Order: sequence, then C-alpha cells, then structure tokens
Amino acid sequence: MTMAGSLPCQPGASPIAGSPLATGTIMRFDDVASRRKWFERRLAPLLDRLYGTALRLTRNPVDAEDVVAEAVAKAWTQLGRLQDPQRFEGWLFHILTNTFISEWRRRRCRPQSASADITEPSELDSASFTLFQQLHQPFLLWWGSLEEQFFNGLLQEDLERALDALPDAYRVTIVLVEVQGYTYEEVARLLGIPVGTVRSRLSRARSRLQKMLWDQAREAGVVLGKNEGGTRE
Amino acid sequence: MNPRAMSCEEVIERLFDYLDRELDSQEATDIEWHLARCRDCFTRAEFERRLRDRVAATATAKAPPRLHQRIRTLLDGYDESDTGMDP
Repeated sequence: MTMAGSLPCQPGASPIAGSPLATGTIMRFDDVASRRKWFERRLAPLLDRLYGTALRLTRNPVDAEDVVAEAVAKAWTQLGRLQDPQRFEGWLFHILTNTFISEWRRRRCRPQSASADITEPSELDSASFTLFQQLHQPFLLWWGSLEEQFFNGLLQEDLERALDALPDAYRVTIVLVEVQGYTYEEVARLLGIPVGTVRSRLSRARSRLQKMLWDQAREAGVVLGKNEGGTRE
Repeated sequence: MNPRAMSCEEVIERLFDYLDRELDSQEATDIEWHLARCRDCFTRAEFERRLRDRVAATATAKAPPRLHQRIRTLLDGYDESDTGMDP
C-alpha cells in the first residue's frame, strides 16, 4: 500500500538509548518507558492525518475519535508484531482502516441503526458526469480558464461536504483509494467485495462527487456553465 | 520498452486506472507517451490529478485536544497495568 502524502518514518535512524531492535520477528525494547517513548514519537506527527482520515470515513467527529483511539490501542498492544519499524505509519493506518470497517460492518448488521447508511447505491446510478467536460474550453479566455477559476474557488469545506454527502459505500471506496492509496485489489479484500464492484463504486462515486462540486460551484457563483457567459466574480 | 500508440478515447477510458496506479508499467508508459504529445488529454489528466490531490488533502484535520488527552490516558492505563502487550 502506498500512503498518499506519506512521510517516511525512520525509527532507529540515530541510535538512542532504549531504541527498538528489529530482530526480524518482533521489536524489543529495554522497558515499557522506552516502548512508550518510541511509540508516541511516531504517533504524534500522524495524529492529525489519522483523525482526518477517520473523519472522512465516519463523517462524525465523535465516531472518528473512537476509531482513532481504538486503532491506537490496538497498535500499542500489537506493537511487538510490527516486524519493520520503518513501516509503522502504513501499519497504523491499516489498523485504523480495519477498525473502521469492523465497526461499519457491525453497524450495518444492527437492525435499527439510525446512524449507519446501509443503502447500497443503485445499480441504475451509472450516469457519468465529468466536471472537466463542463469547464473545459478548447481556447484560452482572456481572464484565464474555467478550470482555474473552479479550483481557485474550491474550498476544503466544499469538498468535505460533497464527500460526506456520498452514500457510505461510495464514500468509503473513494477514501480508501484516493486518500489512503489502497489498490483496487486491497479495497476488494478489505471490504469483501469483487474488484469489479470496487471499480463501479469508484466510478459512480467520482461522477457523483464531481456533480455535487459542480452544483455547489454554480450555486456559489464561482462558475457559470460554458454556455452561460463564462464566470462571474 | 516501446510505447504503443493509443487513441484519445483509450487514454481517457484508462485515465483513472493510470492515476490510481493500477496499470502495469507497459500500459503506464503508453499513457505517458500519449499525454506527452496530446494537449487535450494532458489537460484532462492534470485536471483529474489536481482534483484527486484536493480530495486527498481533506484527510488532514486538527485532532482535538480531547483526543490527545484520551490517548495519553489510554497509554497510561496500559503502563500501569502492563497487560495486553505482546512480550
């Protein structure tokens, strides 16, 4: 798995007292204090991204905190199983993903859960919408391009709102691929679905997401359609 | 590795597979060869790549102080009991 925007973590790059010794099977520490120090030093720079990823997956700050706390607890208790200290980051994010998916499945099985969107997106929902087709002009306009105008006006909260509005099955798939960098095969294994389903969910998720962003941009007056006179300030 | 000529339709059809790094090296080379020569497809690819980057950027959010405290407390609990840890 390739983590989007991942930072290499270099445990043991400079020898320090109490640093773990990777033996090829388990990591050993002198004592609990060394283990805790090592763990917290690696965890701290990842916490915002762990929380942000959990927030995108759960859509809910309280649930996101629960998922992160549970993942951290699992990582701490299973730290001895981490064979390569340099893979701590990917390993921790994988635990986070599995923690979320377990909880997601559990909620889907709960008969009267109000918070879990258990709706499988309709098979008929296959219309392909692309923002690019709405924005692209084959020639340069005197003020720039509609694509540039769109990106300049696109706020992080617009994207978050559009992602959060996707059905669970679409949102989780697009977050696993575009945010966490899992391959289609890995997503299929994680979710227990065929690779073809991953592809179709992804395609529909992108189409819906782009349609929502387009609608938001037009409502906010960031862009007008190509046939509606370009842009307005 | 000699690139195979692809049509614009083929490239657009495989564009997300390419951006998601799902293609083998030959297929990726074929697409890159086309993108280096076709302004329209290159512009489309850059647009989708840029949007993809913006989506990925939504996964960073300031972890609330409450979560930091919760994790400290959680680890303190393990320190005290020293249970549940692998040897």
